[in-house]
Amino acid sequence: MKAAVIVFPGSNCDRDVAVALEASLGSKPLMVWHRDTQLPEVDLVVVPGGFSYGDYLRCGAMAAHSPIMREVKARADAGARVLGICNGFQIITEAGLLPGVLMRNAQLKFICKDVHLRVENDRNDFCRYYRTGDVVRFPIAHAEGNYFVDPQTYREMEDNGQIAFRYCDAKGNVAPEFNPNGSLGNVAGVYNEKKTVLGLMPHPERLAEDLLGGADGKLMFDSLVEALS
Amino acid sequence: MSQITPEIIAQHGIKPDEYKLILEIMGREPNLTELGIFSVMWSEHCSYKSSKKWLKTLPTKAPWVICGPGENAGIIDIGDDQAIVFKMESHNHPSFIEPYQGAATGVGGILRDVFTMGARPIANMNALRFGDPSNPKTRHLVAGVVAGIGGYGNCVGVPTVGGETNFHKSYNGNILVNAMTVGLADKNNIFYSAAAGVGNPVVYFGSKTGRDGIHGATMASAEFDEKSEEKRPTVQVGDPFTEKLLIEACLELMNTDVIVAIQDMGAAGLTSSSFEMASKGGLGVELDLDQVPMREDGMTAYEIMLSESQERMLMILKPGKEAEAKAIMDKWELDFAIIGTLTDTGRMVLKRHGAIVADLPIDPLAQASPEYDRPWVAPSKQPVIPAEQVEAVDPVSALKTLLGCPDLASKRWIYQQYDHMVMGDTVQRPGGDAGVVRIHGTNKAVAITTDCTPRYCQADPHEGGRQAVAEAYRNISATGAVPLAVTDNLNFGNPEKHEIMGQIVEAIKGMGQACRELDFPVVSGNVSLYNETQGTAIQPTPAIGAVGLLDDVTKHMTVAFKAGGNHIVLLGETKGWLGSSLYLREVCGREEGAPPPVALHRERRKGELVRQLIQDGQVLACHDISDGGLLVAVAEMAMPGSIGASIEAPASVPLHAWCFGEDQGRYLLEVGQDDLVAVLEAAQEHDCVARVIGKTGGETISVGGASVSVAELRDINEGWLPAFMGAEMSGH
Repeated sequence: MKAAVIVFPGSNCDRDVAVALEASLGSKPLMVWHRDTQLPEVDLVVVPGGFSYGDYLRCGAMAAHSPIMREVKARADAGARVLGICNGFQIITEAGLLPGVLMRNAQLKFICKDVHLRVENDRNDFCRYYRTGDVVRFPIAHAEGNYFVDPQTYREMEDNGQIAFRYCDAKGNVAPEFNPNGSLGNVAGVYNEKKTVLGLMPHPERLAEDLLGGADGKLMFDSLVEALS
Repeated sequence: MSQITPEIIAQHGIKPDEYKLILEIMGREPNLTELGIFSVMWSEHCSYKSSKKWLKTLPTKAPWVICGPGENAGIIDIGDDQAIVFKMESHNHPSFIEPYQGAATGVGGILRDVFTMGARPIANMNALRFGDPSNPKTRHLVAGVVAGIGGYGNCVGVPTVGGETNFHKSYNGNILVNAMTVGLADKNNIFYSAAAGVGNPVVYFGSKTGRDGIHGATMASAEFDEKSEEKRPTVQVGDPFTEKLLIEACLELMNTDVIVAIQDMGAAGLTSSSFEMASKGGLGVELDLDQVPMREDGMTAYEIMLSESQERMLMILKPGKEAEAKAIMDKWELDFAIIGTLTDTGRMVLKRHGAIVADLPIDPLAQASPEYDRPWVAPSKQPVIPAEQVEAVDPVSALKTLLGCPDLASKRWIYQQYDHMVMGDTVQRPGGDAGVVRIHGTNKAVAITTDCTPRYCQADPHEGGRQAVAEAYRNISATGAVPLAVTDNLNFGNPEKHEIMGQIVEAIKGMGQACRELDFPVVSGNVSLYNETQGTAIQPTPAIGAVGLLDDVTKHMTVAFKAGGNHIVLLGETKGWLGSSLYLREVCGREEGAPPPVALHRERRKGELVRQLIQDGQVLACHDISDGGLLVAVAEMAMPGSIGASIEAPASVPLHAWCFGEDQGRYLLEVGQDDLVAVLEAAQEHDCVARVIGKTGGETISVGGASVSVAELRDINEGWLPAFMGAEMSGH
């Protein structure tokens, strides 16, 4: 598998996700600067977390119009896997790769903590090492993770298995009190129709090593390597 | 006609004697620009004129110290050609006036001090003091400061891994916001600020200069009065996105061979940075202010020189390297301008619109700033309060009161607003004795803590100074790390008052003693004086930021009990010292009494013992005993893993004093059955008092025949701050 990590001005999880990818892949991913207009031949494109362009105007809005994003979109259309984490989720949503929007957290604050997530669909390249219904623990660190989409689209997404993760408790119960940001249906991450693009607010790369407090996130990178190699 | 009236001189915070010295140095009357430059350079904030005499007495050397005080930050060697660069700095006055921007730019400023030297920032900490929770401004200030620290630190992508927060009425009119940054540098690629090379270009880069922050340093050098909020325009506005670009651009630039010297523009902006660089290099400098990138038209020389606009840097380039440097700044979309050259005149000459607008000698300004030996009186000692004279409240209800009091209540509401995991190396998150951050790509880690107990410093600044250093030493040791060096952030009231000056002198003496005894040199620091409002001073707060090194990160120790059925070992002696304790203040409503003394020689031995036991894998959990005493420490070990403890108190000390006395130099260890004998023997070999005081296990903490569930304690501990802030963030 070949992977690329897009670097925008203000990205700050680019190194973290590169480290996690390297641990699963055995080689370093390519780091691609936002002003590049060419994307190398890769199987996976990661749009990392951070504060691209300072999140001024609206989260992800400016990065979504970066030269490189046209290439990312074209590559996604051609079937490459795209993973957007946190700010990356905001960017690829703004760029139209995924339905919906990410609004300010319901309690209007940045929040950094571990959360439990229920895996909603394991039949894709991101989650083949998880089982549907599994509970995993990833950290969140965001102020704008409140996912929203219109009711019609939401129903279609549910029917089509496009909900990737929902916030839950340690036992997998999905309820409003376990929702850290007010997102619709406790949604933490979503797929495109073909399940080739995943955007999620929690950071799998931050708990991909036991020394840091857990390794649930590592399985996502292992899964991608397994599927795309 | 004289331009400079006594009113103008006074508005600039310059004393009549100081103005006489200015006339002597200049040989003529200064113009307004020149006077403004003198006023910021000689402000307490920039010149340390009241504290310098005493700061010089602090120990600053050790074989592992690469750079002590005097540069942008201190530097220590951590082996493998790597160095740690760190400093703590206050942003107290601006944070009170405009909490969000004041705190945010405090973080930005301390980050720049560190990456200016060639280090990538790897961790932030902060030590905060707010007024009484019942004060109507406190909630607003907490919300603003925390949001500001988070807003800045989160965006630049540096984890905030710990800190401390206290509340006390003495901070009602003067909160303290002390921010610390720790960075990692290549030992062979460190950058300093001394200019060199006559004719070399002086380059400005970063953000544009605006009218914000003019006279911030002067504001930070005066007492507050009821009109202080009118000073809001002197608070700067931060742009963390630009700071992030600046970090990346600087580090990229530093990997090329173009820089002679570099300095950030902090307090007193272009004035202070250009003077310091020229002065350290023994050179002169000529600046064409027309070349300075400006945000608005029509700025005067005075405004350009005194602006404290953020995210700006000044550097001296090697000749012919301008294009190479500019290409990197262009990549990061940062302003870049050659604004002058180095000269051999020893003078600073400023031009605006083609005319010379200031011409000042550099050394007298930068180095011969006034230094005062301010008169002081030693604070009177408070009596020792015997435990028998302190009301005995039953341990369970006292424990509940203490765990829910503002100083001990969980600070989760605060640190959950800080990204403490970005950069992927945070091994110990906030909430323990110290933050532990792995050195990227290695098996080493640094432990970082900030400590000070202001109520001890109020009762006895000398003992309080010693204790702040000793507690930092303990917190580092409790993680298994070897304590290496400290940075100090000295926050006091008005030094022109003899009793306040006495606090400063005694605290510094105490700190110096402890640092010497513990081989714990001071490598950087900052002084914030005039923390007074309408004559009321803050409690003396000499905050200590400390760094230690773990050679093997996998052996780092945490405070949480790991399992039931293990022994709880108390290291150190317990006499039940209640003077100036939290128990006395929170349970009995008394703020008095001599604080617990620190025995420095034993402190060192105990630290070595604890580190050895951790290294040898004989300890399962470790926590130093500090605020609130032994039973509070037990609860803090019980709550994270929901594992209770049964504690047996000795009959020799009154129960309330044994549970809540704040005797110094103590640790609690969780030890398995198989290691107990070895641990007790090792303690004996180190001449340390150690005894088993109970066992882990169950869902309650029991002592003296009473018990309370760990879950209830956690609810109390987690409940106070969210309830106070009216927020709904939960602890799941």
